[in-house]
Amino acid sequence: MIHASLKQLAAALTARRISSVELATLFLDRIERLNPKLNAFITVDRDKTLEMARAADALRAAGSGQVAPLNGIPLAHKDIFCTEGWLTTCGSKILSNFVSPYDAHVVAQLKLAGMVTLGKCNMDEFAMGSSNETSWFGPVKNPWNTALVPGGSSGGSAAAVAARLAPVATGTDTGGSIRQPAALCGLTGLKPTYGVVSRYGMIAFASSLDQAGPMARSAEDCALLLNAMAGFDARDSTSLERAAEDYARDLDKPLNGLRIGLPTEFFAEGMSADVRTAVEAALDEYRKLGAVTVEVSLPNSGLSVPAYYVIAPAEASSNLSRFDGVRYGYRAPEYGDLTDMYAKSRAQGFGAEVKRRILIGTYVLSHGYYDAYYLQAQKIRRLIANDFVEAFKHCDVIMGPTSPTVAFAFGAKSADPVQMYLSDIYTISTNLAGLPGMSIPCGLGAGGLPVGLQIVGNYFAEAQMLNVAHRFQQATDWHLRTAGLCE
Amino acid sequence: MGHWEVVIGLETHAQLKTQSKIFSGAATTFGAAANAQACAVDIALPGVLPVLNRAAVECAIKFGLAVGAQIAPRSIFARKNYFYPDLPKGYQISQFELPVVSGGSLSFQIGQGDNLTEKTVRLTRAHLEEDAGKSLHEDFHGKTGIDLNRAGTPLLEIVTEPDMRSAAEAVAYAKVLHALVRWIDICDGNMQEGSFRCDANVSVRRLGEPLGTRAEIKNLNSFRFIEEAINFEVRRQIERIEDGGKVVQETRLYDPDRKETRSMRSKEDAQDYRYFPDPDLLPLAISPTWIETVAQSLPELPAAMRARFAQAYELSAYDATALTATRETARYFEEAVAAAGRANAKLCANWVMGELAARLNKESIDIDAAPVSPAQLAGLINRIADNTISNKIGRDVFDALWIGEGKDAESIIAARGLQQITDSSAIEAIIDAVLAANPKSVEEFRAGKDKAFNALIGQAMKATKGKANPQQVNDLLRKRLG
Repeated sequence: MIHASLKQLAAALTARRISSVELATLFLDRIERLNPKLNAFITVDRDKTLEMARAADALRAAGSGQVAPLNGIPLAHKDIFCTEGWLTTCGSKILSNFVSPYDAHVVAQLKLAGMVTLGKCNMDEFAMGSSNETSWFGPVKNPWNTALVPGGSSGGSAAAVAARLAPVATGTDTGGSIRQPAALCGLTGLKPTYGVVSRYGMIAFASSLDQAGPMARSAEDCALLLNAMAGFDARDSTSLERAAEDYARDLDKPLNGLRIGLPTEFFAEGMSADVRTAVEAALDEYRKLGAVTVEVSLPNSGLSVPAYYVIAPAEASSNLSRFDGVRYGYRAPEYGDLTDMYAKSRAQGFGAEVKRRILIGTYVLSHGYYDAYYLQAQKIRRLIANDFVEAFKHCDVIMGPTSPTVAFAFGAKSADPVQMYLSDIYTISTNLAGLPGMSIPCGLGAGGLPVGLQIVGNYFAEAQMLNVAHRFQQATDWHLRTAGLCE
Repeated sequence: MGHWEVVIGLETHAQLKTQSKIFSGAATTFGAAANAQACAVDIALPGVLPVLNRAAVECAIKFGLAVGAQIAPRSIFARKNYFYPDLPKGYQISQFELPVVSGGSLSFQIGQGDNLTEKTVRLTRAHLEEDAGKSLHEDFHGKTGIDLNRAGTPLLEIVTEPDMRSAAEAVAYAKVLHALVRWIDICDGNMQEGSFRCDANVSVRRLGEPLGTRAEIKNLNSFRFIEEAINFEVRRQIERIEDGGKVVQETRLYDPDRKETRSMRSKEDAQDYRYFPDPDLLPLAISPTWIETVAQSLPELPAAMRARFAQAYELSAYDATALTATRETARYFEEAVAAAGRANAKLCANWVMGELAARLNKESIDIDAAPVSPAQLAGLINRIADNTISNKIGRDVFDALWIGEGKDAESIIAARGLQQITDSSAIEAIIDAVLAANPKSVEEFRAGKDKAFNALIGQAMKATKGKANPQQVNDLLRKRLG
């Protein structure tokens, strides 16, 4: 049952082969047993979870079969989503005592769908990191090899699903935070087009880049979870008012004639040999499925990391100002005047990476530097978006590696921020352009570790991308390979 | 001050009269219990997002139309970053590079009596922003309390060019602006509650020289404070320069008790607000259709109404200005004229600005709550115009109407028997009696003392209890004595 897909779980629940309470208990027991090894969860609350499960069972019992398709299925939330009555920490000491009085839109949507919250997943502090080493609650370990990082920032969500501590999980992606940990943990993860999923109640890192999405074992599960997560929300001014769509509608479409764009820049240096081998094998598989590959160019993609590390910290420096120790969250136990209270609370409440980005962001927005940094970065952002517009004239989807390497060891990059930032070199440009991107497992690299294939679609092409991923998963079994910890 | 020229620009924060806040659904009513009107967005919980209130934008459009400004088809909300306990997000959402309203001007008359001159103050811009909360320093035993009810209240910040040349001009501008925002119903104008507050940028220069260094006096919430603060500041700056010193660019606060301005922070301490476009809000797009719709809802503006009053009712510039001081006064006046007839417009003007205004002022009643309705006043005016009663008796009738003694002037005149005596033979009889009773006055008059004539008229009026037509008494008495 722990390996079952959402469809199989739904069928089992509908046929009363299992109850939601039993299902939740199964996963809670696994969390209890395995989380100490993985540190994937920050908060687990058995009583709250079982209460939701009982409600889902009661709804099913009363509803004569007319319940939402995901009713009663458990999931885990990244701890960046506000969850009413639950600790919501964003991986930070500064929110280590914050119990949210309200639900994020995504959380409310999934509750409405009848899904049961198993707990809150560990993450890089304020989603700033690519290895989950910046969490105040300690690093998450990769279920494939606990000496290695799971990726970040949605590393807790990735590890939880990869170790089957949860069937699916929510994640968020500002520069690759869904796709990179999905790649490093052998999962399927999707970052939708900016504006498809409401950001209301999702603690902001970089508002113009943040987007929530599903993390699961398969494209099909991602499609079903995205169906429940997406949709217009008037409380988010950047949420797009579009007709609801069924992201699973095209899953089985054949791929004959699909044009896959391969950006020259993604296949140049930088990718490790094992990743290249797996990605190229996956492209061969696609050709067998009827797709054709064409070379495209994203000439400004080399500028994406520098532009991102101006824009994201700039927005973050402002977004994180509200954590000041005045109204909620951590306040230094001893302080002098007001300024001292701010300084001490923030100095003690934020970790090193968050402080680094607040400093960068404050600097690039400062008088006299704004034009040289922030405005320049915004111009580059437009150039990068235009590159994609041009590329999509010649192809339907773009493919390449998700991450330049497989999972790496703790401490391997944490001493060198630039090395760490380069982990997201292939994923960042899609956030800057606002495009949807996903990662699917496409092979095993060095050490038998999973390799992720990145699929980037045009705006609102999520259903098509899921189709492209699903057909691959019908023809291969990379997504079914399980982490050592699961055995 | 002879060769010195004073240069003043004003920045005014007008709280907009919307039901809810500019970026949240919380109510904006003044005076609620602390923090009772602060929702998740206002207290800046993690994860919350702003959504722009259309009504606030409509207020800005109305203002732009009323001052002949340009309304930007696309404007941008920006974050102004600084830390303060009453600023929950650590930034204020404002507009910086692309404000919603640019340009425009306000014209008004300044001076006294026949010495009126027209003054025009150009506006630089007006932009939308959110208000901050309040820090409460009392009742917390050395600690500070925070009330976030005001946080997120919509403000329109209206900025002028440095076009004013005296405290009197600055006050005149502030009064006209105050009247206008109330006229177009975008601000309640309550200065005590902080709904309308001004910052004054003041500098001085010797005539013909470039602009001097300015000081900004913050948060002036009464017309008197504006005047006193500017006058103090002008004297301070001139004295400093004449003593060989320099004015430094700084922010100052006015202390109304000591009637002086004090330095709050200098330019060196000025914060770097790190403005940048707010990524949580889309650019504000205003279509010509939207502007047109708002324009339809705009009332006739004071300047247009003033001109119309002067022309249609043949009123002086002074009368037309006074009657258009507020929309309520103008409405009252026009309703009275409609009932009294256009020929009696000047009489209506005199009564509205005279007896009615004095009485309202004395009893602190708003004109739209006046106990005497425009129709009742018109009825009274008609009886004066047709000589049924004198102007003086009219005041008694007005008092009677005020306390609700009768439903209209007609019935009060009848009930009290106040009808003017216009029958010549009746008046002549009274005159005869007065002359007979006052032989000494008659003698004095004949000896050339004009005062005696007035005494006799007084006696005659007294004998009729004021009901005789004074002009008629005058004529008949003169005839009698001549």
